[in-house]
Amino acid sequence: MLFLILVVMGWLNIYAAVYNEDHRSIFDFSQRYGKQLVWIVTTLILASAVLFIDSRFYFFFSYFIYGLFLFMLLLVLVLGKEINGARAWFELGPLSLQPSEFAKAGTALALAKYLNSKGQELTRLRLLIPAVFIIMAPAVLTFMQPDMGTTVVYFSFFIVLFREGLSPYLFASGFLLIILFFSALLFDELWIYSVILLTGVASAYFFVKSRNIWVKGILLLALFAGAIYLANYFFLHTLSTGGVLIIALILAGLSYIWYIYRYREKKILVIYLFVLGSMLYVNLVDYAFNHFLKPHQKERIEILLRVKDDPKGAGYNINQSVISIGSGGFTGKGYLRGTQTKFRFVPAQSTDFIFCTIGEEWGFAGSFVVIGLYVFLLLRLIFLAERQRSSFSRIYGYGVVSVLLIHFFINIGMASGIVPVIGIPLPFIIYGGSSLWGFTLLLFIFLRLDAARTEYLV
Amino acid sequence: MKDRFLNRRLIIGAIVVLAALFLLIRLFSIQVVDTSYRVSADNNVLRYVTQYPARGLIYDRNGKLMVYNQAAYDLMVIPVQVSLKDTAGFCQSLGITRSYFLERMKAAISYSRRAPSVFLKQISAETYAAFQEKMFMYPGFYVQPRTLRKYSKPVASHALGYVSEVDENIIRKKPYYKSGDYIGTTGIEEAYEEELRGRKGVRIFLVDVYGRVKGSYEEGKFDTTAVQGKDIISTLDLDLQEYAETLMKGKSGSVVAIQPSTGEILTLVSSPWYDPGLLVGRIRSENFAKLQADTAKPIFNRATMASYPPGSTFKPVNGLIALQEKVITPSTMFGCDPGYLFVGCHVHETPLDLAGAVKNSCNSYFCQAFRRIMENPSYKSVTEAYNKWREYLDQFGFGRPLGSDLVNERPGFLPAASFYDNRYGQGRWKALTIISMAIGQGEVGASPLQMANMTAAIANRGYYYSPHIVRAIGDSLNKTRGLSVRHEIKIDPENFESIIKGMDAAVNGGAGATASIAAIDSITVCGKTGTAQNPHGKDHSIFIAFAPKEKPEIAIAVYIENAGFGATYAAPVASLIIEKYLRGTIKRKYLEDYVFSLTL
Repeated sequence: MLFLILVVMGWLNIYAAVYNEDHRSIFDFSQRYGKQLVWIVTTLILASAVLFIDSRFYFFFSYFIYGLFLFMLLLVLVLGKEINGARAWFELGPLSLQPSEFAKAGTALALAKYLNSKGQELTRLRLLIPAVFIIMAPAVLTFMQPDMGTTVVYFSFFIVLFREGLSPYLFASGFLLIILFFSALLFDELWIYSVILLTGVASAYFFVKSRNIWVKGILLLALFAGAIYLANYFFLHTLSTGGVLIIALILAGLSYIWYIYRYREKKILVIYLFVLGSMLYVNLVDYAFNHFLKPHQKERIEILLRVKDDPKGAGYNINQSVISIGSGGFTGKGYLRGTQTKFRFVPAQSTDFIFCTIGEEWGFAGSFVVIGLYVFLLLRLIFLAERQRSSFSRIYGYGVVSVLLIHFFINIGMASGIVPVIGIPLPFIIYGGSSLWGFTLLLFIFLRLDAARTEYLV
Repeated sequence: MKDRFLNRRLIIGAIVVLAALFLLIRLFSIQVVDTSYRVSADNNVLRYVTQYPARGLIYDRNGKLMVYNQAAYDLMVIPVQVSLKDTAGFCQSLGITRSYFLERMKAAISYSRRAPSVFLKQISAETYAAFQEKMFMYPGFYVQPRTLRKYSKPVASHALGYVSEVDENIIRKKPYYKSGDYIGTTGIEEAYEEELRGRKGVRIFLVDVYGRVKGSYEEGKFDTTAVQGKDIISTLDLDLQEYAETLMKGKSGSVVAIQPSTGEILTLVSSPWYDPGLLVGRIRSENFAKLQADTAKPIFNRATMASYPPGSTFKPVNGLIALQEKVITPSTMFGCDPGYLFVGCHVHETPLDLAGAVKNSCNSYFCQAFRRIMENPSYKSVTEAYNKWREYLDQFGFGRPLGSDLVNERPGFLPAASFYDNRYGQGRWKALTIISMAIGQGEVGASPLQMANMTAAIANRGYYYSPHIVRAIGDSLNKTRGLSVRHEIKIDPENFESIIKGMDAAVNGGAGATASIAAIDSITVCGKTGTAQNPHGKDHSIFIAFAPKEKPEIAIAVYIENAGFGATYAAPVASLIIEKYLRGTIKRKYLEDYVFSLTL
């Protein structure tokens, strides 16, 4: 069943690659679809090899495999060939390989092994830290290439952690951080601070029993804020409004701490820390955005957030991509009739923006089928993961699900203009040997594990 | 070990489904709900290349080519597609300066970023050839072949008109035209614009991101072929036109010659004129400004737009109306001592009958005849009689456009009774109040075309076809615009004979004949002189004539401004044109030299 889906994907892959180009022969090896055919054949060999190896191999050597890929990631930073400003490729004759594509499988293996070895549910912070380390090590190395897209992919492993017991509150906090991150970029900081403060004050009102504490707290805060504001206005002239508020908050908190201690009001402490944390975070994001991100990354995010409208410049990719997909209509323009993609209005159409071709030539119906296939694949994988007897296999299975899900979501999302362009491939469909090999490796190891589920209980 | 987080598999499954739904909703909204992306994609990829049909040619009545086309190349630009790496090389290959380049780009952008506009007009064939080789280096630019009008002879500018580039005003009103298109302006070019221009075709090409043509759209299913403009055969006689213009050189005025049996205009001169070649191509706007500033008004078409008092050439019509209204007979005699009441006259034999009065152009006779028309006892009032008189004049085409195919045809002026009511009060004006109209002075005003038409109607003994300048469009005779309708004048033919007898005598009548200078041996020319009083300066010299007397082939009206007596200036010009038309050659070299020597 899974293999069938993969074959369909493979077919789509060939189609998609072929009809971008105007060379006639599907076997023309000078063209990308010709090369892709080579990749597909080698992939099949790779898949057979993966299936041939004893499943225990993956279990026992998972750390080793992980270490090997980590080493390759390190090596590529030194020896790699720089393409498009990223040192992500090994050049081996006619072949270029991208170790970060394979490292995903290694990470999934290592994570599975680690969590399996502990044999416990992930509720303790002590257990969590090594797991996070396993995830973050390749992420950091990829980030140094720099390859933002693949870095983001590693964060998907938190889904695995969630399955294994990570607190949903941490997830909620993470989600909150993301929301605050975007608001920090989108809105005026004063607005955000006001919203955060109001939320804090309102929740304090509802959750704290003593009105007295509530009123005094607000008065204290207002007092400090007013004083610092005036001081800044007349003497300092260096603080922003945000700065004034944060300092006022800290001072108010410090002078209030004995009070909270006396009444043992834990809730107000949580709320206080939430407000303060959020504000600091927003400030940090603003600062990081302006100081750490590369200009082109900044632009991409700004384009996506509609802060900047620049259809000819940095927004060109997104704009043309959305036009391609949008012009497909319900049924599409028909096979080989996509004008946007055929005439190369969309850059990187056989790689990162391959979904444009599908969207344009097959329309909504085609997109629906493709998305449906992915959903089916992912749900099927979840089902398979759950039927594993060993938690190693299960956790690995969820690793596969997580990686595929984030690739699928971000790639199609960026092609249709709702996710920033961070250049990660669409699994199995996209042109490119490394990614195809990487995904095949990832998936077929799991299939091998699944096939062996009755044989050994590792 | 029991897995207490087992339920989380459902949450993860839900995340998968939600993510997919999220994408599907987005895709649905951009693919199915919002159709604007389709338009954007079309804008990206489709380039409409207009196929310009060749404009129809114009021939004269004898099949001589008057107007034809010459290829020219416009360099077009689509600003959004432009990406020049080598601006200097680009400018050099076109022979323009960098600042001019920037200026043109700015102009193009201000017109439209996406639609093509003319970057450089009418580049030469050599520049085009050199530029074409490098064109692939300059995305956003392409060459649009066009045609320019060429004239075989620098004549008939007013009749032919010219073509000019459409302005934004025209584009707004007539969406057929796009920036850089040409449209006929005045003359035949304007009147027969739709026939001459043909129909533009369009070829839709697919272009890639670099603007390179990748093939035709849908195998050309939506392409339309250009339909060639139709050739036009004018009624003008090119040789006669040229001759008339030579005669009118140095004089201000107008000549209109009509073939009476058809209404075809043989010659239409408005002097001073201009070389139609001046209003072609890149030099057009500069020259147009010059012509417009010229105080002699060379652009003004006097033949159809000027309104002169007809002077004594109006007398035959008044005589005809008097006869038809039976207030006089051909033998009615009036005295002249000289003149009538306050209207003066020159010294001639007296009393005269109608033919004699026409021959001698007796003011007194026509004043008395006019008074009889106005005081005709058959009508209750002068107003009623006046209206009846005006009705006849209307039939001759006075006071209204003649329905010709000439653009800018003005109605002249023929006051309605109410005009006098307003001026003098109702019922407070009578025949003597408006007596100057008896001799073509006063309020009445007519264009040379109207006078020529009147002459043609007299020559036809009571009917005319609307004068027109186009004989055939393509292979078929010009039956458009109601030109084949015969307009009848309700005056009996025998009355015309009486007047024509007088007009014959005016030319060929020996002693006392006012227009004997116009006589041509063996051709009976019938004519009438006129001298229109001009409050602004010297009188206008007028002459109307037709010939031969029986079966007339040409009717002509000649106006020469500020020249004095009709006999001295207008009559010889008319006579020579008649001789040229009917004989082909001029025997009276002395008269020709005399006319040439007259410059005003």
